[in-house]
Amino acid sequence: MKFGIYPGCSLTGSARDYNESVFALAEAFGLEFTQVPDWNCCGATAAHNLNKELSLALPARILALAEKNGLEEIIVPCAACYSRLVVTRHELKKDPELKNRISEVIEMDYRGTSKILNVIEWIDKYITPKLDEKLVKPFNYKVACYYGCLLVRPNKVLGYDRAEDPQTMDIVMRKIGAETIDYPSKTECCGAGLSISRTDIVSKLSGKIIEDAEHRGADAIIVACPMCHSNLDMRRPDINKYWKTDFKIPVLFVTQAIGLAIGLSPEKVGLKRHFVEVKIS
Amino acid sequence: MARIGVFVCHCGENISATVDCGKVAETIGKLKHVAYSTDYKYMCSDPGQTIIKDAIKEHNLTGVVVSACSPRMHEPTFRKACAEGGLNPFLCEMANLREHCSWVHEKNDLTTEKAIDIVRSQVEKVKLNSALQPIKVPVTRTALVIGGGIAGIQSALDIANCGHKVVMVERSPSIGGHMSQLSETFPTLDCSQCILTPRMVEVAQHPNITLYTYAEIESVEGFIGNFKVKIRKKAKSLDEKICTGCGLCTTKCPQKKIPNEFEQGMGMRPAIYIPFPQAVPNRPVIDREHCTYYIKGKCKVCEIVCPTKAIRFDQPDEILELEIGAIVVSTGFDIKHADFFPEYGYGKYKDIIDGLQFERLASASGPTTGAILRPSDGQVPKNIVFIACAGSRDPAKGIAYCSKICCMYTAKHAMLYKHKVHEGKAHVFYMDIRSGGKNYDEFVRRAIEEDHVNYIRGRVSTIYERDGKLIVKGVDTLLGAQPVEIVADMVVLATAGIASSGAEELAQKLHVSYDSHKFFAEAHPKLKPVETNTAGIFLAGACQNPKDIPDTVSQASGAAVKVAALFSQSELTREPLVAAVNRSGPPMYSTCVGCFLCQSVCPYQAIEREDFKTRDGKIIKTVAKINEGLCQGCGTCVALCRSKSIDLQGYSNNQVYAEVVALLNEY
Repeated sequence: MKFGIYPGCSLTGSARDYNESVFALAEAFGLEFTQVPDWNCCGATAAHNLNKELSLALPARILALAEKNGLEEIIVPCAACYSRLVVTRHELKKDPELKNRISEVIEMDYRGTSKILNVIEWIDKYITPKLDEKLVKPFNYKVACYYGCLLVRPNKVLGYDRAEDPQTMDIVMRKIGAETIDYPSKTECCGAGLSISRTDIVSKLSGKIIEDAEHRGADAIIVACPMCHSNLDMRRPDINKYWKTDFKIPVLFVTQAIGLAIGLSPEKVGLKRHFVEVKIS
Repeated sequence: MARIGVFVCHCGENISATVDCGKVAETIGKLKHVAYSTDYKYMCSDPGQTIIKDAIKEHNLTGVVVSACSPRMHEPTFRKACAEGGLNPFLCEMANLREHCSWVHEKNDLTTEKAIDIVRSQVEKVKLNSALQPIKVPVTRTALVIGGGIAGIQSALDIANCGHKVVMVERSPSIGGHMSQLSETFPTLDCSQCILTPRMVEVAQHPNITLYTYAEIESVEGFIGNFKVKIRKKAKSLDEKICTGCGLCTTKCPQKKIPNEFEQGMGMRPAIYIPFPQAVPNRPVIDREHCTYYIKGKCKVCEIVCPTKAIRFDQPDEILELEIGAIVVSTGFDIKHADFFPEYGYGKYKDIIDGLQFERLASASGPTTGAILRPSDGQVPKNIVFIACAGSRDPAKGIAYCSKICCMYTAKHAMLYKHKVHEGKAHVFYMDIRSGGKNYDEFVRRAIEEDHVNYIRGRVSTIYERDGKLIVKGVDTLLGAQPVEIVADMVVLATAGIASSGAEELAQKLHVSYDSHKFFAEAHPKLKPVETNTAGIFLAGACQNPKDIPDTVSQASGAAVKVAALFSQSELTREPLVAAVNRSGPPMYSTCVGCFLCQSVCPYQAIEREDFKTRDGKIIKTVAKINEGLCQGCGTCVALCRSKSIDLQGYSNNQVYAEVVALLNEY
């Protein structure tokens, strides 16, 4: 079966580490991706604040391209892209008239047949079944899985995991030997796109998440979203300045943690690109 | 020759706002066989009824069509008026212009046209109506009360004190219901058990009341005045006549780790247990699901220690069959538990409890003998948060209704806490304070002003645990939507009141309707709040919707009066809208060929066999016969009869054809 990948802007830019770890995992498990050809921006946070039609047309074009190229499943590692794609599929499914209009806008036939997987769903489906045989270095650390907002919300649209106390990432992490902590900041806001315009707010909000994880004795924070990662990792100097702290807890993508557990090198999964030093290897 | 009178009602403006009633009356008046046609603002009023009565006499009418509201509303009113005018009441029909036309359409010519069509079809039907006589059925003067909480207790005592027999069925081992679990009651703070337990004893000792505890309704058949009820008396595994209730078995039972239902899981009980010290009857039962003997096949400690040898391990369930005249349903309510709330930790924090658990903590008979101690470590909470509307009035949680009792009991809880922990701080998060009721608002003000409970208007978004404390994050919407964070030792959720478990199943056994929340439905929200849609079955208490004790007791007495009124008659009259198998003279006797297909489909076992015999007793023909007492007029037999020998009186095939043909044809 052919499955596609939609990288979006971050995986080719600010989250190259995430991209590298996803591809490294795929390679290790003998999986092959086809990039959605001629893909465009998903619209991110900007489009749906400005123009509803545009915010649906952009993801619809990506999905239509995937369908046209026979990609039955596409993995969308970025949580924001994932959210936009799933919301679009949902909106167009419940309103056939809108679907026809959007098809006209993108000048392509959109049917909504490609399945959209977030990174955890992809791991559950293709990695987990063969994980035991590949596990060489159990990830023996105490971790705080941080889900953020877009991976599990809006719950009615995604129908994925529990919105208030999600578990799927914890389950995956426990499978590679980690101890996951129960903490209340799992889905608290990291500040998201305010990273650029109001770094102080991101410092405040992300700082609270990091403090909570450290306070409960976590060795690492595990994420599945480039935005979460950059706020918790890249903004760490701002956070420490804001809170007058010295938080050193590293932030890893779930794919990096799995990569390490199956014996891939830190370089291979992109750990060297982090701002906060990762002493885990 | 038919002479039909048509009376078009405006229903104030309910019908006339969209239907031209004058035009309807005028058009219908021109139809063949219509001897009189008129319209009036309120046909159901006294002058309106007088118009009908006078017209019957003046125009010598042979049938009447009242074009007004739903027959569910006023058919009895107008049939009675016709009877008073000298017409057989079953020669009166209603055309529903309100629910079926004016309420659902805009004002225009088509709406009036539709109204005319509806009236025409009824005119055609009533021409074929025949005079019917009501059916008389006897009344069994024994009432069944299902559920032994305060509602059931009040109903049972009231009925029994009227001199009628009452059977009370309670599924748990003791009567008393939720009220027996409460500590003090609002708005007077008098002790719940002190006012309830004497009544529980009265029920047990009343000569007119037979009490079956640990029993459930198996099936209900029959109809008003003549129900046949099967009751399953679950095996208590002991002989109640020999047992003295000494309780030795309960102290010696080695299995002691079963969450105590009466203590809302905040204490443990043995497998053989008396639910609480004041239980009625004060006899233990063996919980077979948890008893070591029933699980592993050995133990029998209770049998060994019992001084009167009352234990019966092999006792079977017993099925009782009773003849019952009327039923009061008083099965009460349950509450949502803390695990219903993901934002409050799915029930994983021990110190987040629900309102009933707090009642047990505050109760002198509770697990802490009335001391407010938090479940996790037994410490006195210094900072306590109460959250009103936990689940209620929250469509996102699927519970859009107000649970009604929470505002008051939350004020009571906060007050009780302050009375017991003087230096403690109590906070209440609320959406609105709904304290309608005698002395209710004064009670809430007392909590705020005299006991200094901190009321915060706003909701709580999340609660989590940190370093042994519960962090409650909410908002104060009266302070410019400021976020509020309270570090609490304990949190009490005033969770939504919901229908009792098994309510839906019981409603189906009783053939009474229930709403989407599984609460039993009343026959009319304003004028028949105690009745159900099934004649002879009444409602009392929180099985209808969450209610406080005064409301419950009032309604229970209301239900009792309905039962007493029913029992004041020696026989009941029923509408003769039942099936009838035709009869003719010999040699046919009936067109019925005696296939008895009807018998196999009748849901009410109302079809009997009738033999026609020669003088010397030889059977000539056997045909079907309807038992008018049992028939409910559903019409299934009519649809199935291959020789068209059965007809529904009042809704015969010919009448229905006439209605349909009138609708299909132009006039």
